Amino acid sequence: MTVEAPVFEEAPPQVEPARGPMDWARKNLFNNWYNSLLTVALAALVVWVLVALVRGLLSAEYEIIRANLRLFMIGEFPADQLWRPWAATYCFAVIFGVVGGSIAAGARDRASEAGLPYVRTTLRQIVIRFWPILALIAVILSFTSTVTPTLLTIGALVVGLGSYYLGRVLPRAVRRWTWLIAVVLIAASYISLAGFGGVGWQGWGGLQLNLFLTFAGLLVAFPFGLLLAMGRRSSLPVIRTISVGYIELVRGVPLITVLIAGAFAIGFIIPRDVRPGFVTRMLIAIIAFEAAYIAEVVRGGLQAVPRGQVEAAQAVGLAPWKTMRLIVLPQALRATIPAMVGQFISLFKDTTLVAVLGITELLEATFVVNSQTAYLGKGLFVVTLSFAALIFWVGCYTMSRESRRLERKLGVGER
Amino acid sequence: MTAVEETRHRPRLWRDVRVLRAVIQVLAGAAVLIILYVLWFNLTNNLRAAGLPTGFDFLTQPLGVDIPGSDISPSAPIWRGLLNAVKNTLALVVVGIPLLTLIGVLVGVARLSTNWLVAKAAGLYVEIIRNIPPLLIIFFVFNAVVLRFPVLQESLNISDLVIVNNRYLAMVGFTAQPNFGPFLAIIAVALLIAAGVWWWRTRRSEQTGEHHHRFLWALGVFSAISLIGFFALGGPIGLSRPILDGRALEGGYTGLAAYWAVLAALVLYTASHVAEIVRGSILAVPRGQSEAANAIALTSFQRLRYVVMPQAMRIAIPPIISQYLNFTKNTSLAIAIGYAEMTRITFQLIGNGQPAPQMIFLLMGGYLIFSLIISLIVNVVNRRMQLVTR
Repeated sequence: MTVEAPVFEEAPPQVEPARGPMDWARKNLFNNWYNSLLTVALAALVVWVLVALVRGLLSAEYEIIRANLRLFMIGEFPADQLWRPWAATYCFAVIFGVVGGSIAAGARDRASEAGLPYVRTTLRQIVIRFWPILALIAVILSFTSTVTPTLLTIGALVVGLGSYYLGRVLPRAVRRWTWLIAVVLIAASYISLAGFGGVGWQGWGGLQLNLFLTFAGLLVAFPFGLLLAMGRRSSLPVIRTISVGYIELVRGVPLITVLIAGAFAIGFIIPRDVRPGFVTRMLIAIIAFEAAYIAEVVRGGLQAVPRGQVEAAQAVGLAPWKTMRLIVLPQALRATIPAMVGQFISLFKDTTLVAVLGITELLEATFVVNSQTAYLGKGLFVVTLSFAALIFWVGCYTMSRESRRLERKLGVGER
Repeated sequence: MTAVEETRHRPRLWRDVRVLRAVIQVLAGAAVLIILYVLWFNLTNNLRAAGLPTGFDFLTQPLGVDIPGSDISPSAPIWRGLLNAVKNTLALVVVGIPLLTLIGVLVGVARLSTNWLVAKAAGLYVEIIRNIPPLLIIFFVFNAVVLRFPVLQESLNISDLVIVNNRYLAMVGFTAQPNFGPFLAIIAVALLIAAGVWWWRTRRSEQTGEHHHRFLWALGVFSAISLIGFFALGGPIGLSRPILDGRALEGGYTGLAAYWAVLAALVLYTASHVAEIVRGSILAVPRGQSEAANAIALTSFQRLRYVVMPQAMRIAIPPIISQYLNFTKNTSLAIAIGYAEMTRITFQLIGNGQPAPQMIFLLMGGYLIFSLIISLIVNVVNRRMQLVTR
């Protein structure tokens, strides 16, 4: 018996991939009647918005920003003390550079120990990742009237880049102490701002205050949040109840009510001879508020550590505290990095709320300038608010892209 | 023998886990109680020293401030002003939540549209609005848009349907005419009958296998009964047009410009977050599900309606409800432009010399009650939506 050989039909010709803009448009914009309708309507809307935007940008009076740029950036910092914020900027350029560089070097070393290829970050990638911030710096500098700020900014960028390469070539033994370098430089930046006749944070304002409240709020709240998170997962009922009670109470109320409590009620519950300044009270309120949110972020990280890790640690006889410190926390905290960046973004946006209580941070500054006699009643809110919006948008957008990148990297690459 | 005895040997007291646990808890509890006591002690002492009341009796005192957009006089008791503030907060929440859900879901689905322009425009909206502080958006809508509307005397009037000026926004509305009560009863009966028809169609479909069309049937029955009722009662609902009468607007739905500004700003802001949640949830449904739906030749609508959306919604609903909570808490930002909701009134009254600790206690308590209600809903929904697995 012969088996008839199967007859293979000739393969159908491949569908031609879309070629040319007309073909692409037909596929992606006009593939059926309602999509065509949508496209036309939306295109009209987009064109209208774009035209309005360009006309607004071209016709707007930027004098109000140019004249008040210092108020927006650093508030009412004395004009003859301008070297102080610049010195602090340079300190932070070095901190970011060295810390970033030594993190990169650490990743390189771990990769080479594990025999994995290490792809180093190029300058081009950094520019692609942080272009909104670079563009924002250019926009802000375009509002300055002298060339000094531009030169100083370029200098700070160069110093930051130099510190990055320094951080990469630091020997391992030194790299372990990078955090100490950072702490010392943070102290140095504060002294350069406030020490020897400078201005303490009670007198800060503008974007500087927003950044200070964000960084200080998160840094100080972190240890409390960590304790609360561990308390919430504790097996001791009293500790657990206290932690859950605090976290849920704080998360149930808006930040503005906590700030109002900081402004008007803290004075009633602390002894009468202790009188913290207004910004300090705002900071205390922010820390009390953020601790609860950080606790929830860290709890997410703790829950992500598989039970087997704890059991293995117990099996080799590690004490509970050591299990936490050596096994659970390193894994848990790594998993929380993206969520912590998210928390940073939301706190950065939330620092605008202190404007309600009359502190001249960036948003309040955009209001104050509209009541200057030169601009009163001119309705320049659109200009000043757009300027503030641009700054916040660039900060939050860049950070949220970074957080997504980190999430991908931590989630896929190394687990 | 000795080995057994040694294992039974009790550890020394300060290394005994049971003792340690008890001691730690007692210490922690005592520390918290002592701190609370000290704070309470300071509070009562400081209140007395400042000559402020230590209780809540002050709530019956006269309000002393004027509340824009209400008929409560400054001589009314404080608690009435507070109740009105709760009502104003609720007015934002009740109108805002359906609106932001609608916009959020539409934009979230639009981000995944095959239409390039629609997807990009939706993406642009989400990425811009999400990364700007909500307070700034409120200021922008209020100061850069609403305050630029014409003044009251030169209100923009669109054929008596909508009246816009920089203090009020009024829309045509409905008013009850005679026989409104009986009409409501008819609507209720129509709803009951429609539910019955729904149940009947479902059962019939189960028994015979024919398509139930239960939604169309129920809708038809409901509309028929209500329409007959409407005409039989001689039109129990009439239109009410807004009228500009000198210095005030009357009739229709009238709201303060500040109310509309906060509502628009917060709805836009929260909707951008909801859109991200919806998009993420749809993407989280495994591709195989869509492919399987294609393989059994479902139409693209059926694929979304019966396969993708039910699974996406299970993922999306808990985070969306927590966005509702965020929206509710963010209504407190209305304080910045003077809309008289809970936080604003509290702030005003504290500035007017009322005791701050008690006022803030009431304010936070109010928001906590909102939060508790919403988290109860989350729990119920979570339990109902949970996948039943082995």
